[in-house]
Amino acid sequence: MVAIDLFLSRYVYLMIVILLAIGLYGMLGKRNLLKKLIGMNIFQTAIFLFFIEGATKAGGTVPVIDESLGMEAAKYINPLPHVLILTGIVVGLSLTGVALAFLLRIYRAYKTLDDRDIMANMKESSE
Amino acid sequence: MSSLSVLILAPLLLFCFISTLVGIWRLRWAYAAAITGMALALAAAGTGFYRVLSEGELHHFLGGWPPPFGIEYVLDYLSAFMAVIIVFIGLIAVIYPPEAGLYHTPRRGIPAYGLVLLLIGGLVGVVITGDLFNLFVFLEIYSLASYALITLGGDRAVVASFRYLILGTIAGSFYLLGVGFIYFSTGTLNMADAARLLPPLYGSPTIMAAVALIVVGMGIKMALFPLHVWLPDAHSYAPPVVAAILAAIQIEVAGYVIVRFMLTIFQPQYFIDILPVTTVIGWVAAAGIIFGSVMAIAQKDFKRMLAYSTVAQVAYIGLGIGLANPLGLIGALLHILNHAFMKSCLFLVAGGIRYQTGLHAIPQFAGLGRKMPLMMTAFTVAALSMVGIPPTAGFFSKWYLVLGGIEASNWVFVAVILASSLLTAVYFFRMIEKLFATPSEGDPAVERAKEPPARILGPILTLATGIIVLGLINALIVSYVLQPVVALLP
Repeated sequence: MVAIDLFLSRYVYLMIVILLAIGLYGMLGKRNLLKKLIGMNIFQTAIFLFFIEGATKAGGTVPVIDESLGMEAAKYINPLPHVLILTGIVVGLSLTGVALAFLLRIYRAYKTLDDRDIMANMKESSE
Repeated sequence: MSSLSVLILAPLLLFCFISTLVGIWRLRWAYAAAITGMALALAAAGTGFYRVLSEGELHHFLGGWPPPFGIEYVLDYLSAFMAVIIVFIGLIAVIYPPEAGLYHTPRRGIPAYGLVLLLIGGLVGVVITGDLFNLFVFLEIYSLASYALITLGGDRAVVASFRYLILGTIAGSFYLLGVGFIYFSTGTLNMADAARLLPPLYGSPTIMAAVALIVVGMGIKMALFPLHVWLPDAHSYAPPVVAAILAAIQIEVAGYVIVRFMLTIFQPQYFIDILPVTTVIGWVAAAGIIFGSVMAIAQKDFKRMLAYSTVAQVAYIGLGIGLANPLGLIGALLHILNHAFMKSCLFLVAGGIRYQTGLHAIPQFAGLGRKMPLMMTAFTVAALSMVGIPPTAGFFSKWYLVLGGIEASNWVFVAVILASSLLTAVYFFRMIEKLFATPSEGDPAVERAKEPPARILGPILTLATGIIVLGLINALIVSYVLQPVVALLP
């Protein structure tokens, strides 16, 4: 029973760890550069979810002071991680934009997005 | 309370916009705007450095919100020292003419100078911020600017830059995750506040995981062996000016972050005894020094040789952190300064050779020394400093590292430093011999070569003079700037 309770209270973190692992595998294990980029997005999203999950409180509400609830901090969820993640999303978005621009240029130059083919192409042109 | 710390950052970010906007009409204006912004920032950094030496730490509360709620900018000995190096190298890099530094004058509207200012602004932001999350934002700002700047080197550079982007993002995300662990354990993002709240939590596995994530993330950004895989391609395909900035100051800033975490956010004891962070960094760095030097010997392309030499040189900084005694850390911090001058000088020489002759492979350089004596003298000074021959600056940082190694009775590290000096001598003396002693093979590019124009020569000679001056005044730097920084160590 204890194990199940622990699992139920922590299952979101487990999901986040799984997402992190999927993202890392995508970035390091996949040969297609676009799939690497998708892996990067999954990895970053998992971190965003970690911050959001850390901010929640059981029974907490929107962090705008409500007359009927009073000033007690435990009744409101923590707004700071949300603000941080808003910045984090902007960073992630700009990274994705820059990376997509790179992929366009790589595709125009090498006519492929496969890591191994690009390497072979580069080796050929240097000889 | 003083706003000087923000005044270093403000001209960089402001002129980043101005330079990009006026660059749409005239490239020359973008160039002028970049130099103006960088010069203003250098003036602010110089003043800040002087004020810190005479008055102590300067704090600025952004928007008037006091910490721990607001973002704080702190200028102390370490950050003022770093800020001056960063902005000085940045100024030299933007003065260096674009046709040599970026291979060709960028087309109108390409914001090359805006990006350089953004890169320098991000680096300055990392060293002056007193907030853990703000540091992440600046980390990503400078990383984004460097990814974009590397691609100015052509198609191969784009592929190298994409690889760097993926690894750099992993590094940044690790840092963010680590900061998340610290935030949810302590409830604060302010560095000084975290330093106050962390000691009771030193036993907690969450904090240990946070430190591990942050150190690995910064290890990737710093290209510490074996996490250096992105560096050789990115630095050798990038245009010379970009490579100079990346190798001379960009990767060192990640080393700064590790030192900052070790000295101010955590107590050094935590990194030395509770978690064996410094031991791991030290041994990994020792392996990196040997690996980088051996790989550099195997390279024929001048810039690629410099890139592998960067892997070795940045590991010296890691080695100093790993020694974790005052002498070793002085060596590491002094090496940040010296390496900034030496490596940027060498990359600018590479740009000058390429601009004057179109050559980039070392075997083709035979006889160039007589054709461009001034530039090659500057090269020789920088190369001797890399090897560590007195009175050049490079000797003194290695001297302190060796002293640190002797004090820690770590004879392996001492042997590694001495052996790597020999290996460095192999690859630089081989090139000096090619330049001055080997007669020209009648290559028309070499026959027609002559001394580059003053605009290229100026920045190179400034850096070469700087290397000798730094060697002469190193005792002053150590006693007035670095001793107070390392006083926190046991």
